[in-house]
Amino acid sequence: MKNTATEVVPAEGGLGNDPLLAVDNLHVEFATRAGLVKAVNGVSYTLNAGETLAVLGESGSGKSVTAQAIMGILDMPPARIPLGEVRFRGTDLLKLKEEARTQIRGQRIAMIFQDALSALNPVFTVGWQIGEMFRVHRGMSRRDAETKAVELMDRVRIPAAKQRVNDYPHQFSGGMRQRIMIAMSIALDPEVLIADEPTTALDVTVQAQIMELLAELQRESNMGLILITHDLGVVADVADKIAVMYGGRIVENAPVHDIYRTPGHPYTKGLLESIPRVDQKGQELYAIKGLPPNLLDMPSGCSFHPRCPYRQDNCVTDVPELYEINPTRNSACHYWREVLDGTDG
Amino acid sequence: MAPTGDPILEVRDLVKHFPLSQGIVFKRQIGAIKAVDGVSFDLHRGETLGVVGESGCGKSTLAKVLMALERPTSGSVMINGKDMAKARGGDLKRMRRNVQMVMQDPYTSLNPRMTVGDIIGEPYEIHPDVAPKGERRRKVQDLLDVVGLNPDHINRYPHQFSGGQRQRIGIARGLALQPEIIICDEPVSALDVSIQAQVINLLDRLQTEFDLAYIFIAHDLSVVRHISDRVAVMYLGKMVELGKDLEIYDKPAHPYTQALLSAVPVPDPEGREQRERIILQGDPPSPANPPSGCRFRTRCWKAEEICAEEEPLLQIRPGTGHESACHFAETHDVVHAT
Ligand SMILES: Nc1ncnc2c1ncn2[C@@H]1O[C@H](COP(=O)(O)OP(=O)(O)OP(=O)(O)O)[C@@H](O)[C@H]1O
Ligand SMILES: Nc1ncnc2c1ncn2[C@@H]1O[C@H](COP(=O)(O)OP(=O)(O)OP(=O)(O)O)[C@@H](O)[C@H]1O
Ligand code: SF4
Ligand code: SF4
Ligand SMILES: [Mg+2]
Ligand SMILES: [Mg+2]
Repeated sequence: MKNTATEVVPAEGGLGNDPLLAVDNLHVEFATRAGLVKAVNGVSYTLNAGETLAVLGESGSGKSVTAQAIMGILDMPPARIPLGEVRFRGTDLLKLKEEARTQIRGQRIAMIFQDALSALNPVFTVGWQIGEMFRVHRGMSRRDAETKAVELMDRVRIPAAKQRVNDYPHQFSGGMRQRIMIAMSIALDPEVLIADEPTTALDVTVQAQIMELLAELQRESNMGLILITHDLGVVADVADKIAVMYGGRIVENAPVHDIYRTPGHPYTKGLLESIPRVDQKGQELYAIKGLPPNLLDMPSGCSFHPRCPYRQDNCVTDVPELYEINPTRNSACHYWREVLDGTDG
Repeated sequence: MAPTGDPILEVRDLVKHFPLSQGIVFKRQIGAIKAVDGVSFDLHRGETLGVVGESGCGKSTLAKVLMALERPTSGSVMINGKDMAKARGGDLKRMRRNVQMVMQDPYTSLNPRMTVGDIIGEPYEIHPDVAPKGERRRKVQDLLDVVGLNPDHINRYPHQFSGGQRQRIGIARGLALQPEIIICDEPVSALDVSIQAQVINLLDRLQTEFDLAYIFIAHDLSVVRHISDRVAVMYLGKMVELGKDLEIYDKPAHPYTQALLSAVPVPDPEGREQRERIILQGDPPSPANPPSGCRFRTRCWKAEEICAEEEPLLQIRPGTGHESACHFAETHDVVHAT
């Protein structure tokens, strides 16, 4: 079967008409004392097998909440999903009963959490915690589960796994604990892995080890990887395609090379220009002016308009749709043509 | 900015060990964490020295000793030619005033119950001679203006500001006592990319305006490169390489610096498959029990017998124009994508 033309062309063939995972017009809001927080306002992205989608965006733009909605781990209430679908191989997960979702969560769609280092339980050995996946979901005996745990620790390259399987989390360094979290997340061979800022707390040298490990595991098993990050360097290194979030929306999505060569949204363009470049030494850096939006009081029209150098009068009133630039690219900017041309506003 | 004249700060063989003790009633010292273990460098007026290195290598400890927040175990810190350890009374107070700090975390480093005016004016309580009581409010408003905040917001509380604005408040407080040296410990790491550039531009502008010297600690190597005149690379409490920004970034001589630079992801996907990368194996050893000889030898691909026996000193080596601490130092040309 063939993908429809509007699908981003996958690195390797897709599965059926629907991609492996499709988030479609997802909305998430939180009822808080201060008011209704509209954290996710119509997010759509797709992921194919073997593909790496990077989700980029600043703090509070809704990256983690979207991931939590895919996993089905939002507390409802206070969270509510008024609109949208999360289709996994064509089935809308949001319509499934909780038992059915439990079958998918952690087994077919797994996640590495942003605060992974505190996610390990300090009172159980790492072997026991990895083995739990097999005891609970596969009904394995303690001994078999421990054997599996050692195998996995080997796979994520923890030296002397056999000797270390009964050590406790505090006996490992930050990078090693992150490997253990990765081991747990890939234990049951998920088809989709969501990694939420998996290296933010780590040094660049350790980050490089972890990113290499994730890429290798992905090659071995052809899983789809959603990598959530705000690091433009990591994205450039590993992503096949990118979704940029701002104020709870996707403002641009495109294959990785296109976005770095010719960004199609003023926010993306501003981000790329604010990276210090070697030839800019001694000069003032380009800086996006102003502040990220307040989700309780979103700007009218295009939520980027208070900071945008391309702004025109209609930006203040008209919410830009996610325009199609070409079959593999979209931009939520009325003036994407001008942005692509590089004519500055 | 080119460094001129006598150094404003001279650091010699600086050591800071934290005792490791055992026992509850009778504490016995069983060892020490060698957080900073023999560091020497100079800093000139108007100059920025970038300090980089992995987590735990001693960057913040170095900053705290220079700020006199921690006492050095040994070694000396001279400010404008005067030894800090020997200074007393008013002299010591003036020396301390001359070195200020901007912290990493704009969310926790400001007292939430104090107004912005009180936070920025707090240093005047300790050094009342800098600004007499009647002048303080105006001084604080001037400082708010200097860092690009609205002087009318003097009575607001930290939670009413964004992360980038809070970092500006921290910078304003750092400037209050008109220091000559400001130590920035990860000043932009907690900020969004779109805000980082604003704060870096501000630090740059203030440096020119007040002829400040910066020690700029950060893990983002592209930010360090942008702002620094010279860069020091630390590993396990030691400086392993020190040179002008171009020397460190384009011609690194120490294997650790080479690995560190190659691990930094380049924000450009062009040619990513061909990029040369050195992935270090293993973790850094414990600073309580560093390897003999060269501390990097347990992860170094060039290590030979001599590396375990003899400690390589930080010095200019044959074929390299700047200081490095490696027996087999050789410059390595780095080709940058941007
Ligand atoms: N349980 C909750 N109750 C109320 N608001 C919430 C809740 N969880 C998240 N939010 C809000 O939703 C918005 C989006 O949060 P999210 O965690 O998705 O951001 P993010 O893009 O992952 O940011 P970061 O890069 O900081 O991790 C934020 O403004 C956040 O404060
Ligand atoms: N007060 C203290 N008591 C004991 N050990 C300490 C103390 N402060 C720091 N250390 C240890 O000294 C070493 C250096 O720590 P330091 O905070 O200077 O590192 P750093 O380079 O700033 O790291 P990071 O990049 O994570 O901030 C670490 O091993 C740390 O655990
Ligand atoms: S729609 Fe208007 S305000 Fe929004 S990004 Fe485009 S030009 Fe800027
Ligand atoms: S002295 Fe030896 S171990 Fe140390 S960096 Fe040089 S080659 Fe490597
Ligand atoms: Mg998040
Ligand atoms: Mg530190």
